[in-house]
Amino acid sequence: MIKENFLMAWDNIINSKMRSFLTSLGIVIGVASVIALITIVQSVTGEMMSQFESMGADKITVIATGNPLKSGLTTSDLRKLEEIPNVTGVAPSVSITGSAGKQGILLDEVSIMGKNEKYFQQDTTELTRGRKLTALDMDGHTYTCIIDQDIEKAVFPNENPIGQKIMVNGQGYEVVGVRDTDSSNDVMSGINASSTSDGTIIIPYKNALSLSGSSTYSNVDVFLEDTNLSDETTSDVETVLDAAFNYKDDSYKIVDLGSILDTMNSMQSLLTTLLAGIASIALVVGGIGIMNMMLVSVTERTREIGLRKALGAEPAQIQALFIIEALALSLIGGAIGIALGLIISVVATLIIGTTFSISWGAIALGIGFSVAVGLVFGWTPAKKASGLKPIDALRSD
Amino acid sequence: MPEEILTMKNIVKEYQMGDETSTILKGINLSVQSGEFISLLGPSGSGKSTLMNIIGFLDVPTSGEYHLSGRKMSGQEEKLLAQIRRKEIGFIFQSFYLLSRQSALKNVELPLIYSGTDKKLRYEKAADMLKKVGLGDKMHHLPRQLSGGQQQRVAIARALINDPTILLADEPTGALDQKTGRQVMELFHQLNEEGRTIIMITHDVKLAKEAKRVVSILDGNISEEVI
Repeated sequence: MIKENFLMAWDNIINSKMRSFLTSLGIVIGVASVIALITIVQSVTGEMMSQFESMGADKITVIATGNPLKSGLTTSDLRKLEEIPNVTGVAPSVSITGSAGKQGILLDEVSIMGKNEKYFQQDTTELTRGRKLTALDMDGHTYTCIIDQDIEKAVFPNENPIGQKIMVNGQGYEVVGVRDTDSSNDVMSGINASSTSDGTIIIPYKNALSLSGSSTYSNVDVFLEDTNLSDETTSDVETVLDAAFNYKDDSYKIVDLGSILDTMNSMQSLLTTLLAGIASIALVVGGIGIMNMMLVSVTERTREIGLRKALGAEPAQIQALFIIEALALSLIGGAIGIALGLIISVVATLIIGTTFSISWGAIALGIGFSVAVGLVFGWTPAKKASGLKPIDALRSD
Repeated sequence: MPEEILTMKNIVKEYQMGDETSTILKGINLSVQSGEFISLLGPSGSGKSTLMNIIGFLDVPTSGEYHLSGRKMSGQEEKLLAQIRRKEIGFIFQSFYLLSRQSALKNVELPLIYSGTDKKLRYEKAADMLKKVGLGDKMHHLPRQLSGGQQQRVAIARALINDPTILLADEPTGALDQKTGRQVMELFHQLNEEGRTIIMITHDVKLAKEAKRVVSILDGNISEEVI
């Protein structure tokens, strides 16, 4: 029975192709925009979020701007931060621009970063050669460094740099490791390393501090054991910092990636809901279109309805015929809309330059929406058809 | 042995038109035996269409009793009326009322769809019935590819497909020329000889007299003349 109804509905749709197409167009546009918007928003924000996550949601970054009495954090302040519960390590970051080279080769736009061994415990950047810096490198008199592949190519073409000397701001350093160039996984170093730089060299933090001419650290990462406790730990960090700066206001800022991530998450879902909501206005308009067409169809086919009733069709069978027709119309519209929405998404992500990821949720939503629209807006016309009296229907001309 | 299949006792049908009540049928008594060929003869406005609608369970009387093959028409539940129509009545209309986009075969199958017959059996029954009315070679034609007489024969096949108690024909030759009208009448005679009960509504005296029994209806009352 349902199959026959589908065949009859299909027959009607095929027979008035243009009208069916125009009727479905509202659903096509509605579903396509819902899918495209959701997919694009999710692709873009999803990529942003995964970048942020890999930058480290498991740390708190302290930016100590200092005040006239104290310009930044001292080594003993760092030690106090390290003693806070749930803190696994504290990594100061010193970043300056300087020169690097060896005989005959000089790069003068090199980003020099001072790090400690804790940094390397958290850092996910692959070393292509050699080793990381360890606690043993941190005594302030050891001149070891890690260079990136840009420096490797420029300074040591066709040779193994490990164990070689490289001059960093006039001081000879022994290269102990080589790391990937592009994956600056630390958000601060990502910001600090200007894109025009010739490359990055990482040296022990104390050496970098003396190169920078400062005596305090202004940029410190505090690594957490359990990110769920980040709120408590953040307030502990604030207590230590308040004491360190003698309770002077505006001496430091705390950047908590975890909470930024939370904010971004809720913004993303808000944005998705908002855009999908706007797009679903088109769906409602499309639904009204379907209802209008079905009402016209019921009027046009009054005599057919009467005939079917005379031949023994029960009211429920007539109702099914028209609901299925509305459903088929909106499902066809939905299918075209999904295809169109995905095409738009692929093109848009190509233009924006993010990776396209298919959102099954959006597709399910598209199908769900079209079914709902078909049922809701097909109901009234179908009810009207099923309620026609057979004699009245047969008599109509 | 003929048995009484249709009994009407004092059937009254009234319509409310604003403040006025107009009585279309004023107490009709009628009984029909199985195998009869009856014509209901009357001019337009005589109430014959209303009577036909009541006989065909398309409409319900205001008062009176109506039994068809042991079933009493009671209540007005559309679902039940539809089931009775499907099983007991084969309708034939003046203007055929075929679904224009469906083949002859599909048109004949339609009542079987509503009675839930499976696809294979539907096809077999419909094809047999079309052969019986002489359209075995035109099963897959669309109505517009058939002549008026052929279309009416498709409609007759459709009316017969559920093996109804009564074949109810409303001016079956009204839209046909004399020659094809004649063919349709021949088909009726043939069906009647096979034992089919036929009630034919017409305003044409000559046509009415082809039936074995003529029931005249005028101003909502009936009178019989047996020929």
